[in-house]
Amino acid sequence: MKKNRVPVREQKPEERVRNFKEVSYGYNLEEALLEADRCIQCRNPRCVGACPVAINIPKFILELRNGDIKGARDTIGEASNLPAVCGRVCPQEEQCEGSCIVGIKGEPVNIGKLERFVADWAMENRYRNTEKLPGNGRKVAVVGSGPAGLTCAGDLAKLGYDVTIFEALHEPGGVLVYGIPEFRLPKESVVREEISLLKDLGVKIETNVIVGRTVTIDSLIEEEDFEGIFIGSGAGLPMFMGIKGENANGVMSANEYLTRANLMKAFRSDYDTPISHGRKVAVVGAGNVAMDAARTAVRLGAESRIIYRRSEKEIPARAEEVHHAIEEGVIMNLLTNPVEILVDEKGFVKGMICVKMELGEPDESGRRRPVEIAGSEFVIDCDSVIMSLGTSPNPLIASTTKGIDTNRRGCIIINEENGETTLPGVFAGGDAVTGSATVILAMSAGKKAASGIHAYLEEKHS
Amino acid sequence: MYKITRKRELVENIFLMDIEARRVAKSALPGQFVIIKVDEWGERVPLTICDYDREEGTVTIVFQTLGASTKKLAALSEGDEIRDFVGPLGNPSEVVTDEKEHLLKKKIVFVAGGVGTAPVYPQVKMLKEKGIDVDVIIGTRSEKTLIMEEEFRKVAKNLYVCTDDGSYGFHGLVTDKLKELMEVDKKEYDLCIAIGPMIMMKFVSQLTKSYGLETIVSLNPIMVDGTGMCGACRVTVGDEVKFACVDGPEFNAHLINFDEAMRRQSMYKTAEGKKNIIMEQKSVHEHSDLCDLGEILHEEK
Repeated sequence: MKKNRVPVREQKPEERVRNFKEVSYGYNLEEALLEADRCIQCRNPRCVGACPVAINIPKFILELRNGDIKGARDTIGEASNLPAVCGRVCPQEEQCEGSCIVGIKGEPVNIGKLERFVADWAMENRYRNTEKLPGNGRKVAVVGSGPAGLTCAGDLAKLGYDVTIFEALHEPGGVLVYGIPEFRLPKESVVREEISLLKDLGVKIETNVIVGRTVTIDSLIEEEDFEGIFIGSGAGLPMFMGIKGENANGVMSANEYLTRANLMKAFRSDYDTPISHGRKVAVVGAGNVAMDAARTAVRLGAESRIIYRRSEKEIPARAEEVHHAIEEGVIMNLLTNPVEILVDEKGFVKGMICVKMELGEPDESGRRRPVEIAGSEFVIDCDSVIMSLGTSPNPLIASTTKGIDTNRRGCIIINEENGETTLPGVFAGGDAVTGSATVILAMSAGKKAASGIHAYLEEKHS
Repeated sequence: MYKITRKRELVENIFLMDIEARRVAKSALPGQFVIIKVDEWGERVPLTICDYDREEGTVTIVFQTLGASTKKLAALSEGDEIRDFVGPLGNPSEVVTDEKEHLLKKKIVFVAGGVGTAPVYPQVKMLKEKGIDVDVIIGTRSEKTLIMEEEFRKVAKNLYVCTDDGSYGFHGLVTDKLKELMEVDKKEYDLCIAIGPMIMMKFVSQLTKSYGLETIVSLNPIMVDGTGMCGACRVTVGDEVKFACVDGPEFNAHLINFDEAMRRQSMYKTAEGKKNIIMEQKSVHEHSDLCDLGEILHEEK
C-alpha cells in the first residue's frame, strides 16, 4: 500500500492571486481511482464515526473503486445533501481523515477530495437521484438557507414533507454564498448546482423573506398552515472591538467585506456594488473568515496582513487555509493586538496602533491568555481594517416570537436530543444555537432536527 | 421578480413607483424601508416605504436618480419587473406605534426635505386617520422640485413650503421657517420629526437642541444587507454604536454624531466614480470575467 496520498493539483500561488478561480482543481478520474485504492476497507471504520453526518465512507470508496460512481453518489446522498460543498470546506483533518487508520503510518486517505470528486462527477454528468417517499401533505417551513436549513429541508423532502425555505437575502446558501469566497467554493458551478438538487426533490425556496419582519413564526403557523418549523438563521451579527477610530471610513466587518465580494460580486466590473480597494489591508483575527478576507484582499491587489493576539499554535483557521494564505503573500503579525485606529483629516483610516503580546497562564478555554507587553506600542501602516472577531446570532426571530428562549449570548436554547426549542413544533440548529461554528456541524444539526420534526409530526398525527 | 404597476415622474429626476410585493405590502408600516436590487448585477439599495396598499399588494417608493442604481431603476417602465424587493426592514416609526392618548397630548411638527418628503406622508396620513393634527414643513430647491404638495394639503393641519430660491412659499431653509414658527408665531411643539438629506437633519437637530425640542430623524447611511449582518450602516448614537438597519432607522437626533455619519455616507464616492470609469472602459476593450477590478488596480501600481 502506498504511504502517501495522491497529490491534488492546484493553481500556482503567483497565478491564483490574480484571479478568483478555485485554488484546488480536485482529482480527475484516474487520480481518484488511485487514491480510492489506498482505503483498506476497515471492518469497523473509524472514519464514519468521525464524520458528523456519518457518511458510509468505505462503502462509497469501494463503489468508486469498482467504477460505480452513481452508486457512490447515492451512498453519500443517504447521509449528506451537500457533498460538493463539504468535500471542499470541511476540516477533514479533525474529522473523517483525522481518524483514518491509514493515517497512523502514512497519510490518511483523502476522503474529502474523493467525496468532492464523486459529487462533481455527478453534477457534470447530470446524474440526479430524486428518490423520495410519497408526499404526506404536511407543510414544514425552514428559516434560513444556509447549511443547516438546506440539510434539514433535504432530509424532510425525502421523507415526503412539503418543505418551503424562507431566505432573507436574494440568493440561497447562507454563508456558502456570502461568506466563503469563490476561490474556495465556486458559487455558480457548485453552490447553485447543489442547491438545485434540493429543488429537484421538491423543496421550494422563497428568497427576500425576512422572518421576524416580512412574516413571523406565528404567522407561518397560524396563517400559512406550517405544522413544523426549523430555524437555521445562523449567527450573522458581527462583533467589533470598541476601540477608538473604529467607525472611520475603511474599517469594516469581515461580513461586510466578504458579502460585497462574494454575494454582490463586487470584484467583477459588470456588477454594480463597490468594494474598498485599500492598498494596505489589515485583517484583525485568525479564524477561517479572517483568512478568507485576507486572501480576498490579496486578489484585489492589496498588501494584506493578519493581526492576531495569540501565537501560531492557537490560530483557529484550518491549517490548509493558513498555508494557502502565506503562499499567497499574506503577512502574519502574530502576538499583536490593535489598540487604536488612526484616522486622517478626511475620516479615512491611515494606520493602526498595536501592542505586542505574550502568552500567560491558560484561561477557561485552555488556551494561554495573551497579555500586553507594556510599552510595546507600534504603528502598522494600513488604509483598510477588516474586523474578523466572530459573530453572534441575530436576535430578530427570538425577539419577535413569544416562547422561544435564548441564552445570554443570544443563542436559541434547544433540546439536544431532537433540536426542539422551548416552543412546541419549532426546532432550531446550526449557528443560531451554537454561535459561529462550522458548515458540517450546522449540517449535522439540520439532520438531527429533521428527524426531530418527523418524530414530532408522526406523534401528533398518530 | 416584482412587477412595477405604476410609474410617475413627480418632478425632474424624482420618480414614484408602485411595486407588486404582496408579503411586504401586508406587513409594512410607516418608517420602515425596503431594499431593492434591480437586476442580477445590481447593488442592494435601501429606499424608504412611502405608502402601501395591502389589498392591491403594492408598495410605493419614491426615489431620486443620484447614482448608477437609481438611474437603472428609473429607466424601467410600468409592467417591467425588478429582481429583488425585500422588506419591510427596520423599526416602524414611533409615531405610528405609540399610544393614541399619548400622541394626542403632543404637538408634533414634521420637517421634510427633498425626496425625504415622500416618506413623511404616510406618517402624517396615519396620524390624521387617528384624529391627530400635525404641522408639516417641506423644504425644496424651487417650485419646480416640490413634490406631493396636494397630498399633504389633505392630511396636514398646517403646511409650510420653503424654497431655497423663493419661487414658491417661504423664501429660505426649513430651519429658518421652524425658527420663525417658534419665535414669531409662538408655536410650542413637543416633538419634531425630520426626514431629508443628512445635512438638513443635522441643522434641524442643532436648532431644536437649542430649544430643547425632542427630535427624531430617520437616517439613511450606506447599507448592504439591511438585516444587521454587516454593520456597514453603523452610527454613533450617544456613547453607543448602533446599526441603523436594525436599531433604527429612526434615532434621537440630539444623540447622533452627524459629522461621522456624513463622512461615512460619502465613503464610496471615489469608488462609485471608479466603478463608472470601469463601466465606460468595459465597452471599449475586452475583459476577462474575473477580477477586472483587481487587474486594473494591479496595472495602476
